[in-house]
Amino acid sequence: MDINQLLALAPIMTLATASLALMLSIAGKRNFVFVCSVGAGGILLTLFALTIAWPKTPLQATLLIRVDHYALSFMALLLLAGLAVLGLCYDYFKDRAGQNEELLLLLLTALLGASVLVVSSHFATFLMGIETLSISLFVLIGYPLKQPRPLEAAIKYLILSGVSSAFLLMGMALIYAQCGELYFSGIGHFIANQTAINTLVLSGIILIVAGLGFKLSLVPFHLWTPDVYEGAPAPITAFIATVSKGAVFVLLLRFFISADSFVYAPLLNIFSIIAVLSILAGNLLALLQNNVKRLLAYSAIAHIGYLLVAFIAGNSIAPHLAIESVSFYLVAYFITTIGAFGVVSLLSTAQTEADDLYFYRGLFWRQPGLAGIFTLMLLSLAGIPLTVGFIGKFYIFTSGAEGRLWGLLATVIIGSGLGLYYYLRIIVVMSMPAQETAIEGKQPDRAWISTTTLSVLAMLLVWFGIYPDFLVNLIHSVAYM
Amino acid sequence: MIMAALIAVLILGGFSAWFSEQSHADAPRWVALITLIIETLLLVAQYTGTEHLEIVAAHLSQTWLADFNQPWIPRFGIRFHLALDGLSLLLIALTILLGFMAVSSSWTEINNRQGFFFFNLLLCLAGVSGVFLAVDLFLLFFFWELMILPMYFLISIWGHENRTYAAIKFFIFTQVSGLLMLLAIVVLVLINHHQTGVYSFDYFILQNTEIPADVAFWLMLGFFIAFTVKLPAVPFHTWLPDAHTQAPTGGSVILAGIMLKTGAYGLLRFVIPLFPEAAHQFAPIAMTIGTISVLYAAMMAFAQSDIKRLIAYTSVSHMGFILLGVFSWNLLALQGVVITLLAHGISAAALFMIAGALQERLHTREMADMGGFWAVLPRLSALTLLFAIASLGLPGLGNFIGEFLVLLGAFKINVLLTSVTALVLILAPVYSLFMVQKTLHGRLLNQSTLFDGNPRELVSLSLLVLATVWLGLSPGTVLDIAAPALKQEIQLSAAMAP
Repeated sequence: MDINQLLALAPIMTLATASLALMLSIAGKRNFVFVCSVGAGGILLTLFALTIAWPKTPLQATLLIRVDHYALSFMALLLLAGLAVLGLCYDYFKDRAGQNEELLLLLLTALLGASVLVVSSHFATFLMGIETLSISLFVLIGYPLKQPRPLEAAIKYLILSGVSSAFLLMGMALIYAQCGELYFSGIGHFIANQTAINTLVLSGIILIVAGLGFKLSLVPFHLWTPDVYEGAPAPITAFIATVSKGAVFVLLLRFFISADSFVYAPLLNIFSIIAVLSILAGNLLALLQNNVKRLLAYSAIAHIGYLLVAFIAGNSIAPHLAIESVSFYLVAYFITTIGAFGVVSLLSTAQTEADDLYFYRGLFWRQPGLAGIFTLMLLSLAGIPLTVGFIGKFYIFTSGAEGRLWGLLATVIIGSGLGLYYYLRIIVVMSMPAQETAIEGKQPDRAWISTTTLSVLAMLLVWFGIYPDFLVNLIHSVAYM
Repeated sequence: MIMAALIAVLILGGFSAWFSEQSHADAPRWVALITLIIETLLLVAQYTGTEHLEIVAAHLSQTWLADFNQPWIPRFGIRFHLALDGLSLLLIALTILLGFMAVSSSWTEINNRQGFFFFNLLLCLAGVSGVFLAVDLFLLFFFWELMILPMYFLISIWGHENRTYAAIKFFIFTQVSGLLMLLAIVVLVLINHHQTGVYSFDYFILQNTEIPADVAFWLMLGFFIAFTVKLPAVPFHTWLPDAHTQAPTGGSVILAGIMLKTGAYGLLRFVIPLFPEAAHQFAPIAMTIGTISVLYAAMMAFAQSDIKRLIAYTSVSHMGFILLGVFSWNLLALQGVVITLLAHGISAAALFMIAGALQERLHTREMADMGGFWAVLPRLSALTLLFAIASLGLPGLGNFIGEFLVLLGAFKINVLLTSVTALVLILAPVYSLFMVQKTLHGRLLNQSTLFDGNPRELVSLSLLVLATVWLGLSPGTVLDIAAPALKQEIQLSAAMAP
């Protein structure tokens, strides 16, 4: 291993070292504020390490890890999301009983798993990453002590995640049996040299898609989503919705592009069906919800469905446009999802989770700033101009139209129409007259870290919505793998 | 520059109105008024500055009075490109005039959260002005959506009893149809990209794109649906009676007076010039839809008991003429369309203001609870009568000129449809006089303390009276301003002409 490879691995090593340092500091003395700053410092150092690794790449750092600009930029996105979630966690957990310091450790290990996922070019790293991420998530979801809901959610996630890993392993085994290869590129070569469709490889890929479908909560593998979203503490929900799904999607895209699996026409049909089902079921079920976290869970299902449209288009359009669209949509989705769950998290108190729609009644007149931020997030999820969500939707339309996926685009339009209804419903509730009995959330001045995080997210949302050029150029420059 | 300022002033004014609420609860309405006065001055400066026609930019013909072109998102060749010709100028003038009316009619009606109200009102106007000026299709869509959201808030926060339903229905109808347009825009841009290798959303560049006939038809349909939902035409009109009825008066004035005009403007400026052949094919269907809208909505208007609902249906009926006129695509019909746009904007706004004034006094919109107002409200009653007969198309007032020219122009194209449409000349007096009969005549049912129009209402409505009489008696001024732009459009879309 030469110095360049070492430098390319610097981000991952920094993150691992930060986790260790954090663990040792907890062993030394329990102090939530200190541990939080160690965690944040670790993430910032890792971000700095990314800039060191950047000029050395693209590079095969080890046999199992390929570091390129695509991986590094997504790693940066995941880390920034982790940082935002950490900020939300600080205000959410600081007043709660129990020992909350290990939460930060788990956040860092989950981020480590996610980072390994985005750099993996081999089934071993793929599995390692996904398991590190999932195992950290089980504990994170069930973190609040002596509360039935988080515990239920954690067990649900544990079992279903175990099942999905079994699917993944089975799929990998089938592919390996045929190709004798565990490298994505090796599989790509094998597929490219085949004249007919190899059914075993196809079944393997389908099993892998099913396994990843669980993580991405695509219909019909979505059943855990609303329960887990509802049960988990709000900042952790934001983490599952963004970091976990984002990393898995990034991996899916890399696997499909480097293993050249788009050549299998049946797969595209399967993806199309999954996308249509996710968009329709996600939006239709969201219509029925009175719980904001469940509603956002269903809307997240639909959003991953929209994302799949750009992904499917990757089959017939230039790969860099597909990557660009997916990346932009992911950034938009990260900003808005963390923002939306951040508002929920900020309003929650140690006694109650602010997830009932009733909590939001009259929020406009009680806490105009917070309600304004929530409105922006919801409008961005709905894809209204002036917000980053609109540019994301524009990208989906562009790649879908370029790939001539008229049926899928029609579904996107129908889904957006349905989506408007439930996003607007929350806005309507917030604009209703305030009630005397309404429960007050935390006062913003007592939660300044979360408030700052949310304000930054809102500013990014408007900035990228009105003037997306900066982000577009950034993504455009890394979209060539 | 002035064009960008026109939009920027409205947006900044909106924010100042919102923040001014903190100093005094009544400050926002004054801020809104001052903003609109600045707008007027800007527009006058723009008009007088370019009175002698000169070529404003190399690629524009001399019908364009001003041009503002800045890069926005270079990755896709999206530019912040505004351009002004006679048609946009007239519609912007209408926007500002009715902006004053909306502020005036909200002066005392809105007494909670004025800051946010006037913020939304001014942002609506900014969106509408943007639509009238944008010549980059991405920018057009941007403004198209920008005007929907504030209107949604106006209806859902300050509306009447069934406001949530109406607001959401309005939003979903316009938004979904807007997405169809976005899809059509994207496909058009991609076709152009394949032919030329560059991304561009520019109206003037996309006009030269050669589109395969079958694709062109679908793209045209995408635009057509978005604009006819906003216009609205049967069968996409069902959001309108709800939205108009539930909106606060200021909202109704903007909706009926100018927001519907963006649909008409879109048909005239984008649908036909971008897809002349497809539009030519489609013209008989579009004209039929227009005729059906005119007659069906007129009959529906007669069946209403809610005065605002009645006025809302008359709007649908009048907008049917627009569809008929635009798809006839000759100078006569298009001039009729322009006059109808202005005249209907004025008369519908005035009728909604009167209905709002009545509701503020009576707390009802049911005509069954009205009657005998001549005795107690002589001034308001006289104005009601005047605008009712303006709306039915009495010669000498603006609406008559517009509809007459449309029928004249359309008669050359399709005799049958025009003749059938002309039947509305019987239906319009029926519903108008029915409304007059129900409200002004008969026994005075409501004995509560009714007071006649106050100076603010009377001054606003008198301005509209002057405008509609002026349009009716000397339409030449307006026609002269619009004519070069219309001739240019007709000339460029020669394939549309039969």
